[in-house]
Amino acid sequence: MTTIENHDYDVLIIGAGGAGLRAAIEAKQQGLRVGIITKSLLGKAHTVMAEGGMAAAMGNVYPEDNWQVHFRDTMRGGKYLNNYRMAELHAKEAPERVLELEQWGALFDRTKDGKILQRDFGGHRYARLAHVGDRTGLELIRTLQQKVVSMGVDVFMECKVLQLLKDANGAVSGVAAYWRANGEFVTFSAKAVILATGGAGKSWKFTSNSWEGTGDGHAMALWAGSELIDMECIQFHPTGMVWPMSVRGLLVTEGVRGDGGVLRNSLGERFMFNYVAPMFRAETAETEEEADKWYDDHSAGRRPPELLPRDEVARAINAEVKAGRGSPHGGVFLDIASRRSAEFIRRRLPSMYHQFMELAGVDITREPMEIGPTCHYIMGGVKVDADTAATKTPGLFAAGEVAAGLHGANRLGGNSLSDLIVFGKRAGEGAVNYIKDGGGSGKFAQSDVDSAIAEALAPFERTEGENPYDIQRDLQEMMQANVGIIRTGSELEFAISELDKLTKRVHNIKVKGGRAYNPGWNLATDLPAMITVSKCVAVGALSRKESRGGHTRDDFPASVAELGTVNFTHTSTDGKWDSTFEVEPQPILTITPELKALLEEAK
Amino acid sequence: MSDITMRVWRGDAEGGDFETYTIERNEGEVVLDVIHRIQATEAPDLACRWNCKAGKCGSCAVEVNGKPRLMCMTRMDTLPEGPVTVTPMKTFPIIRDLVTDVSFNYAQAEKVPALLPPPMPADGYRIYQEDVERAQEFRKCIECFMCQDVCHVIRDHEDNKQHYAGPRFFIRYAELEMHPLDTNDRRDLVREDMGLGYCNITKCCTEVCPEHIKITDNAIIPLKERVVDAHYDPVAWLGRKIRRKTKTSAAEAAVQPAP
Repeated sequence: MTTIENHDYDVLIIGAGGAGLRAAIEAKQQGLRVGIITKSLLGKAHTVMAEGGMAAAMGNVYPEDNWQVHFRDTMRGGKYLNNYRMAELHAKEAPERVLELEQWGALFDRTKDGKILQRDFGGHRYARLAHVGDRTGLELIRTLQQKVVSMGVDVFMECKVLQLLKDANGAVSGVAAYWRANGEFVTFSAKAVILATGGAGKSWKFTSNSWEGTGDGHAMALWAGSELIDMECIQFHPTGMVWPMSVRGLLVTEGVRGDGGVLRNSLGERFMFNYVAPMFRAETAETEEEADKWYDDHSAGRRPPELLPRDEVARAINAEVKAGRGSPHGGVFLDIASRRSAEFIRRRLPSMYHQFMELAGVDITREPMEIGPTCHYIMGGVKVDADTAATKTPGLFAAGEVAAGLHGANRLGGNSLSDLIVFGKRAGEGAVNYIKDGGGSGKFAQSDVDSAIAEALAPFERTEGENPYDIQRDLQEMMQANVGIIRTGSELEFAISELDKLTKRVHNIKVKGGRAYNPGWNLATDLPAMITVSKCVAVGALSRKESRGGHTRDDFPASVAELGTVNFTHTSTDGKWDSTFEVEPQPILTITPELKALLEEAK
Repeated sequence: MSDITMRVWRGDAEGGDFETYTIERNEGEVVLDVIHRIQATEAPDLACRWNCKAGKCGSCAVEVNGKPRLMCMTRMDTLPEGPVTVTPMKTFPIIRDLVTDVSFNYAQAEKVPALLPPPMPADGYRIYQEDVERAQEFRKCIECFMCQDVCHVIRDHEDNKQHYAGPRFFIRYAELEMHPLDTNDRRDLVREDMGLGYCNITKCCTEVCPEHIKITDNAIIPLKERVVDAHYDPVAWLGRKIRRKTKTSAAEAAVQPAP
C-alpha cells in the first residue's frame, strides 16, 4: 500500500469564500495552525458574485437605524422561522465586522461626510447595505484574501474534499480529498474542521450558482451525523436574466430596484402593487406617487412594493407570467432606464450595464431588462449553535450558506455577506475554543480513507456506464420542474421517486479519461452530495404542509401557525449517501421575552 | 442555424495537439457555453476552469483565436466566420487542456507588503469619495491574469518571471500607493525586486483588461514616476519627502473627527 500525502493542522477550513476566509483570520490571529481547502482557485468563490452589499445597522444614512430594527427586519423576512439568537448576534455584530474590513483595505463607497455609504434593499427598513458599486462581493473576497495571504495562512487550491473523517470517539478529525490537477489523493488531519462550503443551487436548471454549488458541506455534515434543517426553504431570486438562454438564471442585482428600478408586465403595469401581503401592507406604498417619493426621503412616503422581501417578489413575477402578462422570453420587465439618468445607472450599476450590454445586447440605460426568478440561495443547512457555530458532531463547525438558522424561511438581500463575516469569525472562535478545551485528536482510521478512495475510483473501474453529465442534466431538469418555486404534494412525491432512480444511475457512472484535471470525474464525485441535498429538499418540502418564505405549496397556500414553530430536521442513520434519511419536526429555539417584545412592538 | 467548428487544444505538459469538434450553433451563446456542450457530450474530460459565468471571477481566461479572452464574456456571434481556435494561456505552464498553472501570480501576491493603516477611531475612518476613486479602479481587478498572459516581458522571456511582478501586481502596488489609509512605502521594492523598469508601456495589458482598468495610464505610469523620481533625481529626494508626508497626511486625515 502506498502512503498518502497528509497535512496536519489545528483548524482546517473547507471553502475559501467569505465565511471560510473570515474563520481562518480568526483562528490564525489566535495563534493556531490553520489550513484552507478550496475546490477552485483562491479568490474565485461564489462570494464574488454578490453584488448589492452587506447589511449592517451602522446608521450612516439613517441615524435612526439600529440593531433592533435590523433584527426585526431579519425575523420578519424569515417569517419567524429563524434561530432568533443568530439574528440577534448578526444584527449586533455586523457593523463592527464591516468596519474591520476597512482596516484590512476594503474601500467602500462613501457618504458626503466621509462615512461608509449604505443603500436600500428589499425588506430592510432603512438604507443599510455597505457597498462598492455593484461589486461588493468582489471587494469582500479580495479584502479577506489579501488579509489571509499577508498572515501566512496555508491555502490548498483546486482540492476536492470527498469525505469527513472521524476519530474513535466520533469527533471529526480530518478529511479525505484529491488534487484536481493530478488526481492524486491526499488527507488532512485536524483537531477541528469548519465547513464553509456555500450553497447547493447547482441541482436546479436555472440558477445563479456556479459549478461549485453542489452542497458538499451540507451532505458531508449529514453523513457525519449532524442535522440539516429547513432544507425546503430555497430562495428563488426574483431577478435573474431570462435571455439569451445560455445566461438564463444569471443574477441581476436587487440594487437595481433599491436604486429606483421598477417591475412591469407586458401591459406596462407596475404589478407589484397588486401583490402586497397583509403583513407588509402597513409599511408599503399604495400608489406610484407615494412610492416614488420614498427613494429620496424615507419619511415622505412608504416603501415601494418592488422592495418587498424576495420570496414575495418572486411569487408575484411567477403569477404574472402564468397569467399571460409576461415578457417575450417568459419573464417580466425590470425598468430603470425610464426612471434614472444614464450617468446614474452607469455609476451605480456598472457591472449590470456591462453584463446586459455584452451578453444580451441590451443597453439598460435605454431599454428595460427581461428578468425572472432564478434559484439563488438555500436558507436551510447544517443546524448550528448560534454562539459557537458548532454542529451536533464534535469537532465540526459550519458558517455561511452551509449553516442554517439566521435567515429562517427567507433571507433578506444583503444579509448573506454580513452573515459570512459575523459567523465566519464566530466559527473560527468556536473551533479555537474547542481545541483550547482539549477537543480534537487529529486521528482517523486508514480504512475510512481507503473506502472513500475506492468509492471515488469506482467510476474508472467500470467497463461500461453512464456519462455523469447526463445524470446532472436530468437531475437539474427534474428538480426545476418538480421542486421549484411553487410545489405540490404529488410532484414532490414524484421527485422523491425520481431521486431514487438517479441514485441508482450514479452507481453506474463511467468516467472517460484519466484522473488529471478531469471535470467529468469531478462531477461524478459531486453527484452524491447533489443527490443527498436534493432528497432533503424534496422530503422537507413534502413534510411542510404549509407555505412560508422560500417554500410555497400550491396545495397548502396558507401559513400554519403551529408549523412556524418547528424545523424539519434531517438525519442519517448509517452515514451513507445512497440511503434514505430520517426527517422529523423539532421545536425552534424559544425567543427571549425581551426580543419577543421587540417583534410585537413592530406588529 | 449552421454548425460551428471548434479547434480546442488538448494535451498536458508533455505535449498535445488540436482536437476539432463540430457542434450545432445556438443563439446568444458564449464560447464557454460551447465548451460546456462539448464536455457534456463528446469530451467529458476536457479540462477548463470556470466559476461564475458572468465575468466576475476571472477563472475562464484562455486564448480565443490567439487573443486572451474570458470564455464567459465572448459571444460566439462576435467572432469571425470559420473555425474558432481555443488554446490555454501561453505565459503559464500547462496543467491540462485549457487549464494552466497560474501559481506564479499567487507567489507574487505573497510578496506584497500589507496595507499599514493608522489605528481606527471608535466610529470608523473618515474618507471621502474622491479619495477612494483612484484605488477603487484597481480593486475592480478580477484576477483573470490575462494582463500577465499578454505581457511580453514574461510571455516571451521565461527568465524574467524571477524578477518581474507583472501588470496585475503593478496595479496592486499602485492601489496601495494611492490607498487613503496606507502608510507603507513600497517604492524601492517595486523598483528593485518587482521589475517595474522592464515594462516599456506598450499597453497590451490595458487592451485585454475585461474590467477596462487603465492599467498603463492610471497605474504603471504614475507608479514609474513616483519610483523614478524618488530614486534618481537628487532634487526629487526632497519631493519624495514631501510626497511621503502627503501620503501620511491622507491617512492622518482619515482618523480625524468629521468637521
